[in-house]
Amino acid sequence: MLQTYAPILILAVLVAGFALASLVLSDLLGKKRRSIGKADAYESGMDPRGSARLRLSIHFYLVAVLFILFDVESIFLIPWAATVRGLSAQGLGPVMFFEVLAFVGVLALGLAYVWRKGGLEWDR
Amino acid sequence: MDKSLLSDVPQVAIWIARVVVIFGGLVTTAALMSLAERKVSAWMQYRYGPNRVGPFGLLQPLADGLKFLFKEELIPAGANKLLFRLAPAMAAIPSMMTIAVIPIGTLVIDGDTIPLSIAPGVDLGIMYMLALGGLAVYGAILGGWASNSKYSLMGGLRASAQMISYELSLILSILVAVVLSGSLDLTKIVEAQSHGFWNVFTPFGFVAFVLFTIASFAETNRHPFDFAECEPELVGGFHTEYSAMRFALFFLGEYCAMTVMACLNVTLFLGGPSLPFLENTPWWLGIPVFLLKAAFFLFLFIWVRWTLPRFRFDQLMRLGWKVALPIALANLLVAGAWVAFTTKGG
Repeated sequence: MLQTYAPILILAVLVAGFALASLVLSDLLGKKRRSIGKADAYESGMDPRGSARLRLSIHFYLVAVLFILFDVESIFLIPWAATVRGLSAQGLGPVMFFEVLAFVGVLALGLAYVWRKGGLEWDR
Repeated sequence: MDKSLLSDVPQVAIWIARVVVIFGGLVTTAALMSLAERKVSAWMQYRYGPNRVGPFGLLQPLADGLKFLFKEELIPAGANKLLFRLAPAMAAIPSMMTIAVIPIGTLVIDGDTIPLSIAPGVDLGIMYMLALGGLAVYGAILGGWASNSKYSLMGGLRASAQMISYELSLILSILVAVVLSGSLDLTKIVEAQSHGFWNVFTPFGFVAFVLFTIASFAETNRHPFDFAECEPELVGGFHTEYSAMRFALFFLGEYCAMTVMACLNVTLFLGGPSLPFLENTPWWLGIPVFLLKAAFFLFLFIWVRWTLPRFRFDQLMRLGWKVALPIALANLLVAGAWVAFTTKGG
């Protein structure tokens, strides 16, 4: 276990060190010359108006919720995908197929429902 | 029995050597990609591109890096300072970490076989890739939100909506390769294809390959899906307010993600380091073959960017949810049926 994942730990240290070092170095070496207007948010040369903490379009929320639903379901498919060949070799092929057919069938029904309800229409 | 050349070298040294070589290679590739992007776009538009720094402009990335280091780091008024500073690292670190499980090939030194991969024994390689790849979206959305700029916010939101939408078809097309090889271990997926029969040669493997390639463009926010940083609408997208090395880290992270996606595509569908239709590819040929295949996909990223126009955002979402996702689901079912009914006990 340690043998397998130790190199990833080394990589993590190296990557994090690289990222933080470049950020810190740039902070130290870069110029610091503050002036009026430099810290304004960029709005194509105009003075920024209002706050950027806006309310978001509900579509983004809907997409995120749909993603979570389907993502969790795709995670259930991962163990199936990894074992279907091995278990089929033991003669369980039909079981493996019809089980996943039922599962994906339910998934497809869910997708069809969202589609029908207009949950996938972006410009509505 | 003779001792081989490597038997006295401690394991830790081999680990560190592999990490340094592969991570160094990844960052170098990413840096060269930033040059290749400008060179290729220049050739396509009948220009020269950068050609002043070093021969053929080869040292341009180095000059850019130095320049980034010495530029002023601006933080916009009203920004969330901590998240603003952290976001570039959060975008770059996961995409650099995902290279760890990619098997690039094997080295044979004095009879010892050394897999050229940072962590060759990880049997959940696919899970590792998906878990870390999914984290990259945080850098984009937090960077966009923390900037306190409307353009950045829109860019960050679009980036995250697009990445999560295409992640579904990405996962489902990866699973086709898993079904065909029967393992989540990338090394085993390559081994299953090492007899010259790549996953892409099966009909469902081909469909999955096409879906994966499309989804990898969307996942890395590349043309024709680069709504996160769509210049005419959103200036620079989520990194509009970023300057100096913080901007460079976003950039580097994006190019590293592209490189890893190209490597993953080669590994899953194009047989990794093996040649097509050959029983066994010699080890010294494997590494250049792998790199050439990956280089083709990197070129494809640039080629597509300077050839195709940008989609509209609603078209992107429609393609992701109404076309790619149903096809990917059906395709996985067909692949599963084929494996389930044709695998004979042995």
